[in-house]
Amino acid sequence: MKLNIIVLAKQVPDTRNVGEQAMNADGTINRAALPAIFNPEDLNALEQALQLKEANPESKITVLTMGPYRAADILREALYRGADEGILLTDRAFAGADTLATSYALAAAIKKVGHYDIVLCGRQAIDGDTAQVGPQVARELSVPQVTYVRRIVSLNEERIIVERSIENGVERVEAPLPLLLTVDGAADACRPANAYRLLRFHRAATPTERASEGYRYEAQISADEALRLKEWSLADVDGDAARCGLSGSPTKVRKVENVVFRAKESKRYTAADEDIKSLIGELLSNHTIG
Amino acid sequence: MNDILVYCELDGSRVADVSLELLSKGRSLADRLGVKLAAVAIGAGLDAVAAQVWPYGADTLHLFDDASLEYYTTQPHASALCKLIKEEQPQIVLLGATVIGRDLAPRISSTLRSGLTADCTALEIGDYEDKKSGERIENLLYSVRPAFGGNIVATIVNPYCRPQMATVREGVMPMNRVRSDNYEGTIVSHPIEQYITPADRLVRIIERHVQPKENKLKSAPIVVAGGYGMGSKENFEMLHKLAHLLHGEVGATRAAIDAGFSTHDRQIGQTGLTVRPKVYIACGISGQVQHISGMQDSGIIISVNSDPDAPINAIADYVVTGRVEEVIPKLINFYQQKQ
Repeated sequence: MKLNIIVLAKQVPDTRNVGEQAMNADGTINRAALPAIFNPEDLNALEQALQLKEANPESKITVLTMGPYRAADILREALYRGADEGILLTDRAFAGADTLATSYALAAAIKKVGHYDIVLCGRQAIDGDTAQVGPQVARELSVPQVTYVRRIVSLNEERIIVERSIENGVERVEAPLPLLLTVDGAADACRPANAYRLLRFHRAATPTERASEGYRYEAQISADEALRLKEWSLADVDGDAARCGLSGSPTKVRKVENVVFRAKESKRYTAADEDIKSLIGELLSNHTIG
Repeated sequence: MNDILVYCELDGSRVADVSLELLSKGRSLADRLGVKLAAVAIGAGLDAVAAQVWPYGADTLHLFDDASLEYYTTQPHASALCKLIKEEQPQIVLLGATVIGRDLAPRISSTLRSGLTADCTALEIGDYEDKKSGERIENLLYSVRPAFGGNIVATIVNPYCRPQMATVREGVMPMNRVRSDNYEGTIVSHPIEQYITPADRLVRIIERHVQPKENKLKSAPIVVAGGYGMGSKENFEMLHKLAHLLHGEVGATRAAIDAGFSTHDRQIGQTGLTVRPKVYIACGISGQVQHISGMQDSGIIISVNSDPDAPINAIADYVVTGRVEEVIPKLINFYQQKQ
């Protein structure tokens, strides 16, 4: 079976481990200091695609990301791990998009890719944690969605069976193709980069990168189509500017506040016996415990 | 006037806590706006739903009751809800930020091309000034949510598209019974064949396993929580012993769960449960924002940590500086003695 699989991926700031180097003096976060990474659950999605390709070697995996030029980094990372093609959807018109405008742009790009059997993406991205873009892309494409997928159980030309997480349990669901699956972190972790692929595909570049100063592999890339990452603009995907970016976003950010926890006056104790005894004594006498 | 609509999530015929919490919040928002509060339930055998929603302030209950709707699948619920929203024109639609709500809400918002804010921690009513047009819009829904791993809190508005939609996490808003048990509102039963088509039924559940929750973390008055600093699964056992002694429950940070010390159903924090117990004993927890956002409203916070400068100490009422392996057995020991 020859499957066309599209994986949606996002480059995100690593919000999980905000270290001291990423903190400003006032306790707020310095976003620019956070490393940009492949969104973790999108890697789980890529792994599902790679497993499908292993079982169906004729298949093709296209990774699609929307973002600034530097987001091409995660396309290369996907190629190292086994994807076949990378597309960067980039345009100033996409800037400031909320999830609805993002899903419109991604769906337009998927339509431009053409035939697909399965669209895979992470359940949510760690910078926003909304889990909205997957279902919204599915709706925009008018295909069914199955979210919180842990595992693809089986597949034939027409139907797929997947296992998904539900509140306090799991569910097995059968659905027709084409469809969109969002994959959660309980799914298999993504395999690492393959050394041979890394050597080959670190030369892969978008047209913008090829044209930039310091790109050293022009000879290789002109001879090897697989190294050419695609770069699509709004016009390339026949998108409607009114549905993209800020103007296509019904939600507006009214206010953003940095989280600064109000400090309390704490009572301090050491691990010494007398200290712990006196703490327990106080907690019992003021009825905190007991 | 345009009402507020709350989607009631069902476990069989029992309305989920998160939905009752949303009805409670919806009631206060509706009073603020001077509009009605409607609830919608989609499922099978829903006779018992009405009596559950009236005490929390619903004026109207829309029912889609059919044997084929016993278990949630996306499209039948999305189609029924989209059509209902088009008919009723609510100004606000609220859903739980659960697996179901987070599957359903974006599908609906995309169909209606309306703005949706996920995983809100507060909902308020207020005005909005459009800086571009200078227009001032009154009585909008403010959807307040953490973002960026909990490091910022954003207030989102949806000035021009209706309905304004939000999902809200379980346990974040209090449940308020505002009416007596014998209050009865208006029930509207909808014929499902006018809302749900065969094309909506292409996804089929073939197997389903649900385990009842093993812990009462959400309602426990005392929570003993452990972080990565607990060091091992064996050390985590001490927390179970302490929690048992205090009639509390054990919680954990994501880092502790990732390290295999505890299980996912015990996760407290932005991507886990939000708890507000009377007493929160944080053991070996440094205090990442993600975790603190799930427990900061606890009554008394006690931190046990070898690092005197652990961020969590800043919000703790009592700080014990010492190794957890040493301090926790002493806490257990001296508590047993004093008691």
